[in-house]
Order: sequence, then structure tokens, then C-alpha cells
Amino acid sequence: MDDRLDIIKKKKIQMTVVLLIMLLITMGTSRLTEFNFIEGFQSIPGTIGWMAANLIPGAEAMENFSKVLSKLWETIVLSIISTTTAGLFALFFALFGSKTTKVNGPLAAFSRLIASVFRNIPVVAWALVLVISFGHNVVTGYFALFFTTFGFLVRAFIETIDEASMESVEALNATGATYFQMVFRGVLPESLPQMVSWLFFMIDTNIRSATLVGLLTGTGIGYLFDLYYKRLDYETVGLITICIIVVVIVIEFISNKVRRLIL
Amino acid sequence: MQQVLNKEPINSSVEISKKVQKGEVILKVQDLYKSYNRGTPVLQDIQMELKQGEFISIIGPSGAGKSTFLRCINRMIDPTSGSIVFDNTEMTSLKKADLRKQRSKIGMVFQHYNLVSRLSVFENVLHGRFGYKSTLQGVFSLFSEEEKELALSILDKLGMKEFAYKRCDQLSGGQKQRVGIARALVQQPKLLLCDEPIASLDPNASKIIMDHLKDISETMGITVLVNLHQVDVALKYSDRVIGLNKGRIVYDGVPEKLSNSAIRDIYGSEIEDLILE
Amino acid sequence: MQATSSMQSNIKIRNGKIQIKTFNRSNFVLHFILSFLVLFTIVAPFFLEYGAIDIQTAIFYTLDNLKMMFLQPALSQVTLTAALYQILITLALAFLSTLIGAVISFFLAILSAKNLMPSYISNVIIAFNSFIRAVPTVLWVLIFAIVAGLGSVAAILGMTLHTIAYLTKAYAESFEEIDNGMIEALRATGAKWWHIIIHVVLPQTSSYMVSWTFLRFETNYGVAIAMGAAAAAGGIGFELFMASSFYYDLHEVGMITYFALIIALILEFISIRIKNKLIGSKS
Repeated sequence: MDDRLDIIKKKKIQMTVVLLIMLLITMGTSRLTEFNFIEGFQSIPGTIGWMAANLIPGAEAMENFSKVLSKLWETIVLSIISTTTAGLFALFFALFGSKTTKVNGPLAAFSRLIASVFRNIPVVAWALVLVISFGHNVVTGYFALFFTTFGFLVRAFIETIDEASMESVEALNATGATYFQMVFRGVLPESLPQMVSWLFFMIDTNIRSATLVGLLTGTGIGYLFDLYYKRLDYETVGLITICIIVVVIVIEFISNKVRRLIL
Repeated sequence: MQQVLNKEPINSSVEISKKVQKGEVILKVQDLYKSYNRGTPVLQDIQMELKQGEFISIIGPSGAGKSTFLRCINRMIDPTSGSIVFDNTEMTSLKKADLRKQRSKIGMVFQHYNLVSRLSVFENVLHGRFGYKSTLQGVFSLFSEEEKELALSILDKLGMKEFAYKRCDQLSGGQKQRVGIARALVQQPKLLLCDEPIASLDPNASKIIMDHLKDISETMGITVLVNLHQVDVALKYSDRVIGLNKGRIVYDGVPEKLSNSAIRDIYGSEIEDLILE
Repeated sequence: MQATSSMQSNIKIRNGKIQIKTFNRSNFVLHFILSFLVLFTIVAPFFLEYGAIDIQTAIFYTLDNLKMMFLQPALSQVTLTAALYQILITLALAFLSTLIGAVISFFLAILSAKNLMPSYISNVIIAFNSFIRAVPTVLWVLIFAIVAGLGSVAAILGMTLHTIAYLTKAYAESFEEIDNGMIEALRATGAKWWHIIIHVVLPQTSSYMVSWTFLRFETNYGVAIAMGAAAAAGGIGFELFMASSFYYDLHEVGMITYFALIIALILEFISIRIKNKLIGSKS
């Protein structure tokens, strides 16, 4: 009985210590970033009110609609092709990197390392470097998205392969199947649906990242947003935001539908 | 129902060896050792001879090395030292292509069936032919009509022909295991390794599976080596029982001679749990 | 039964060949989508405007830049201490938005877990979250900045919104996995709703919540770098922006990228450790 009480007591002390540490970090970090909680929360109602009053596009903003649509299209294309091409490369790296389908240890470690590096170099770093040589051009956006998508998808695909096909790979190896027979008839049929689902997830993410990259590199819908934002033309800013929301929600809707059909 | 099926004449294409001769040694294991990273050995001093058409069960507590031993035979796991001669070929020294060729003569059945769950039963069974096909034929699923008919006749024998086009994730556990067995049989193997084939099945499905395995050894002349958890099942079906404890063989003989003290040797401290059952 | 059914043949033959598979909707959809994506990837780039760009020169130029970045990294405008201090600020931004987001998400997740609340409430919250998610973080930050001014307040609020959308879903899913029997057992004893939350929901899901929250912290660190660069939120992201777009100093860009990368790798390592320790041991 005493032991149990001790455990409860110990847990309570642990919890208190954790909470205290969190409180200290919170105070420290808000000091460091000059973040004021009260000021922060006060600005929320103001922002919502401001959004309702200023972000609703009127007739004037609609004149920019065709311009917005063409940049939006560019962003969609960029998001899709950077995802698909990165996905193709990621598939090979994932096959080499997965412990189920690896060819040998060193290659697997190398493949995981490359993926980890690409995943963790911030997309803004790629964008900022590429814009110097490629200029304000879709190619800049394409490569910036490609690199980060590649890194992310390698990890996602490795997990998919390990989860979906560990057992069937063992069975195929036991029948005397060759490596490619095992990959094409065991691993791919089992993991492709989940991989396609990841592709959709990445297209969705990339639409939003493309906006960020566009802002930094002066391309796509991000550039347009920045332009009207700086001109204080908030109605067009609102129009652009609504367009992005519609695209992302439509893609999410499609990807949910597809997932239900293929998984 | 099951009896009716067993008495059916076997389709000639399924029959692998026309004359079943018990007695010819097809697998000889000598001085087999296996340890991971120089830790305590998982298998030590394993000596074993298996004859054609024999039905052998390996029993022992979990962690005794049953699974590892089975996987050493077809080199899914590489043994640390020792010799494994299967079908007059030393397995331990084989390189890639030869190893694949040799593996195609050994069927394997798994506890979790290990099917490609999103493919049809038919496709899964044909996977057993990969060892006989070129890479491209396998990748594009190009199988001859004879191979397809062989697969169908085996499915028929196992009572699974009507499910040929079903996706494997829509089958029950017992049905999945029969597909697993069909995939192994379509290899036309000389040896069938079964790793806890009934551990995930209910008693009814377990009986069907064990009956099929027994039938395979008797009528097709295939040596069947089964890892089992259940002593009673091992006693009922086997020609020979091998007891494994802490990586060593502690019993090797006919089931009739397996005394209570021998069972105690095999299961050690786990014996109380067994008696309670 | 088995014997008779094997008599009647269900085997399909086409062109004299036995078929090994039949039509299957999910495979059809899968192939359709893959073909569409391949076609789109091949065709769509032709409809983009590239302006005047010499790809070959640009690629050489880029490789040269990447060489300066990754092989000759050096700090010049910022000192080492300043760089470390800026990384600390980025981590602080990520921490605050994760913390505020986590607290709000916890309450929203209780409201949106289908086993704890009626489904119309959860549907409202799910819809609200997908609206938040649909707007890129940087746009949220810039919108907040109009009222709150550019800086940490706008950045943290904007990042918090996405954190909420993400964590609410993650928390709610782990709540929904709780064995309903446990909740019912406590309900049967007449326990109050809040007691159920504190005595069943929290202890059952705390390790999942910690794991998800840290994962989000890791993500927010990356987002905070981006916000520093694109929305003047301060921190290492802003230094990255200055080094590349203002000073064109690729050696410094490289050094800063290395710093950012190392921290990111450490966070990823910790997050995997936490996941394996808390969740791996449970199952």
C-alpha cells in the first residue's frame, strides 16, 4: 500500500516538475521573441473583424480574376509535377533504403542519409539559392519543391514498404524469386495504393509550399499575393486567398475519394 | 467432408514423384550452429536426417530456435557454421542464382500466410513458379498454360478453386493458409517447411490444414517439416517428432515413445503451463 | 460441398488463355490515376511560361552556387554567437506556437472525438480545421500582420492556427481509439464527464499526445525558418534571407543552412526516439 502511495506521490512530483519547466521555457521563449500573450490574443478579434470587412473581393478585385487564375494554374502544375517526379526518384531510393528490399547495408544507409538531408534543408534555403541562378522563373519553384518533396517521400515510401510488404517479401524470397520479381509482384502491388495516397498528400502540401516559395522567388500565386499585399489592395488579396482555399479543399476532396477507392 | 476430399484420386499433374519411396535421405544437417553477433547460440550442434515423404514435427517452447532452424534450411537466415545438404547439394556455400534455384525446390508455409494481400488467389499461387521463370517473365506475370493448370489443380485439391479470382484480403485465415500451401506446392518441391502453420487459426481450420499437410506427405511423397506449438497435434500427425530446447535437439524419435519425462526435457519450466491446459 | 463446387468451372478463359485475374475496381482506379499523373507530368510543363532562361547556364551556375554553399561554408555578416542566438529565437517561435496550439487542440479534440461528443459538433470542428489548413501559413501570418504588425506576434498566431488544425486531428484520432468499454464502465458508475476525461482519456492517450506534439514541434521549427525568411518573423530564417537576397553571400547561406540542418536532424532524431519509446513499448 505504501509503495503504491509512493508511486502516486512520485508521479505528482514528476508532473509538477514538468509543468514548472514548461512554464519556465514559456516565459523564457516569450521574452526571447518579444511575444506578449495578452497583446497576441487581443489581436485575434481585430483580425477577424478586419478580415470580414476587407478581404471580401468586390467587383474591382474581380477584374484581376483572370490573372489570378493563370498564376493559380501555374502553381497547381508546379505542385503536381514536382510531386510526381520527386515520387519517381523517391521510389528508387525507398527501395534501396527500406530494410525489406535493400540491396546492401551501406547503400541503404546512404539512401536514408540523402533523404534525411534533403528533407531537413528548409525549402526556403533551396528557393533562395535557386532564385539567384534561375531567376524569377517557374524552374526555381519546381526545383525547390522537388528537393523537399523528394526527401519527405523517401521516408514515407520506406515506411509504406516496410509496413505493407515485409511478410510477402519473405515468402517470395523463399520461393526463389529474383529481386525484380519480388519488387514488381510483391512490394509494388502491396504498397502502390498507399504511395499514391502519399502523392496526393504531397500535392496538397506543395500547393501551400508553392505559395511560400512564390513569395520568396517572385513566381506563381505567391508573387501575385505579395504584389497586391504591398499595394494594399486587400480585396484582391482576399480573392487570391479564396482561390487557394478552393483549390486545396478540392484536392483534399479528390484525394479522400481516391483513397477510399484504392485502399 | 474433408475425408471425401482426401479419398479423391490425385490429379496426375499434381503428383510429383510417381513412386513414393520412403527412405531416401533428402536433407542432411550436420553440426549446425547459429548465433547472432557472437551472443548465446540460438542453435547448436544440430544433427538431422530427413527422408523423402516423412512427416516430421519440431516441438519446443517459444524461443527454442524452431523458426531459426527452419529458415536456416533454405538460407532465409544464414547459419554461423555447419553443413546442410539438401537434394545432394550443399546449401551453405551456394551463391545467389544457385541458391534461388535450390530454394525453388523447397516450399515454405508461414504462420501469417505471407500472401500479397491485394492480389488474387490465382496470382499468389503462381508466385510459387517464380524460381523457374526469368526475371521478365515473372515481372510481367507471363505463365504458361501448363503452369496455370497446375496451379488450378492444386487449388482444386485444396478446395480453393472457386476462390481463384478473390483478392486474398477477403479470405478467412484458414483459406489464406490453404493459398499459402498451394503457393508452396506449385513450386513442385521436395521439401515443405511449415513455420507454425496453425498458430493463428481456430481448431476447425487447424484440422483442415493439418489434414492437408499429412495428405501431401503421404500421397505426393513430399517431406513435410512442421514447427508446432501444440504437442497433441504433433503426436497425432507426425511420423517423427523432434524436440528442441534452447537451440539443442533433446528428442528425436517416433511420437509413441515421447514420454512425459521427454516432454519435460523439451519444455523445461514451461511444463506446468502445459499440464494446466 | 467443396467437391461439388470444384466441378463447375468458374475459371475465365480469354483468347484460349486462362486469365489469372479479373476486373477489380480499386486496381482500375489506381491504374487510371497513375496514368493520369504520368500524362499530366509529361504534357503540362509545355503549357507553362518560362520566359527567357538559359537552362544550361543556369544549371552550371546553380552547381557552382551549391558548391560555394555546401563545400565552402563560412560566416561573414553574422557572428557565430549571433547565429546561435537566432536559432534559439527560431526554436522559441516554434515552441510557443506548438504550446499554444497544443493546449487549444486538446479542448477542440475532446469536442471533435466522435466517441466523446455528438457528431454534429465534431463535423463543425473538422470543417473549421480544413478551412484553416487550406490557407498557407505564410498567408495567415501576413494577414495577422496587417493588424498586429510584422513580427513575432503575427508569426506565432499564424503558425498556431496550422498547429491547431494538425494536432486536433491527431489528438482526436487517438481519443477515438480508446476502448469504449472503459468509458462506458466509468459512465455506469455515474462518473462526471470531466472525470472520464481526466481518469481515462488523458492517461490512455498521453504518450500519443506527447509524441504527436513533439512531431509538430519539429515541423514548426521548419515553418518558423520559412516565416523568418518570408514574413520577417525574425530568427535564423531572416538571416538566411538577408545572406542570400541582400548580401548574395552564398558561403554564409551555406553555413546557416548547415546550422539549420543540424538542429533539424537532432529534432528528427529525438522525435523518432520519443515515438519508439512511448508508442513502441505500448503495442
